Amino acid sequence: MSAHLQTPLKRARGLGSAKSGTAHFIAQRITAAALALLGLWFLWLSLRLLHADFAAAHALVAQPLNAVLLVAFVIALFWHAQLGLQVVIEDYVHTPWLEVVLQLLVKFLALLGALACALAVVRIALGS
Amino acid sequence: MAQTARPLSPHLQVYRWQVQMVTSILHRATGIALAVGTLVLVLGLAALARGPEAWSAFATCAASPLGRFALFGWSWALSYHLLNGLRHLAQDGGWGYDIPRFVASSWTSVVGSLVLTAAIWACVLMRGGAA
Repeated sequence: MSAHLQTPLKRARGLGSAKSGTAHFIAQRITAAALALLGLWFLWLSLRLLHADFAAAHALVAQPLNAVLLVAFVIALFWHAQLGLQVVIEDYVHTPWLEVVLQLLVKFLALLGALACALAVVRIALGS
Repeated sequence: MAQTARPLSPHLQVYRWQVQMVTSILHRATGIALAVGTLVLVLGLAALARGPEAWSAFATCAASPLGRFALFGWSWALSYHLLNGLRHLAQDGGWGYDIPRFVASSWTSVVGSLVLTAAIWACVLMRGGAA
């Protein structure tokens, strides 16, 4: 099977540590638990936002409790999404350069999304 | 890893379809859909931060037929991923691994997601018409 004179261990080395899986698993569950609570709250907020005009929607999001929970929701959401998409990419993308590019892209986009949402909420909350 | 000629494990087409398999696939599919859907959240919050014109443009988009269709799909994906995610958390705690309970909880996720989606849109309609 092996065309090169290397042991399996030698070929596996450098492809990444096998020690970070547990942290990923735990982070995925913790963000899931947070999102189960915050997601229900977000549904309720969305329903209230649905028929609101600009002033009412702005005021609703600007309420301190809503603003804080929304930022918490956004952080948990993008974190959880990144962790989940990471596993999807690991499972289905087997071209090494493409996998690295996609993993980085997902991480960058998730971080940008979280930052953009958090900044928007802060702007709304501070009324600027 | 295209260079290996190793035997591959059987994949989807080999198995008879059953609900446990559907819930697993749907969990991943709705997760991907929700990740893409976060773009709507970014755009909505950015519009609300920018001002009345941007917000009304966003609201118009959301109320368009395509926007409503996307929101409807998103609400179901959220309902399903939420309920099935709670099921997975329970399973992580060691609960519900015997086959009858596993199958029953699978159906609970599927049917529950439809009920929750219906409840959401009933709320939407009762609060004075769509968007």
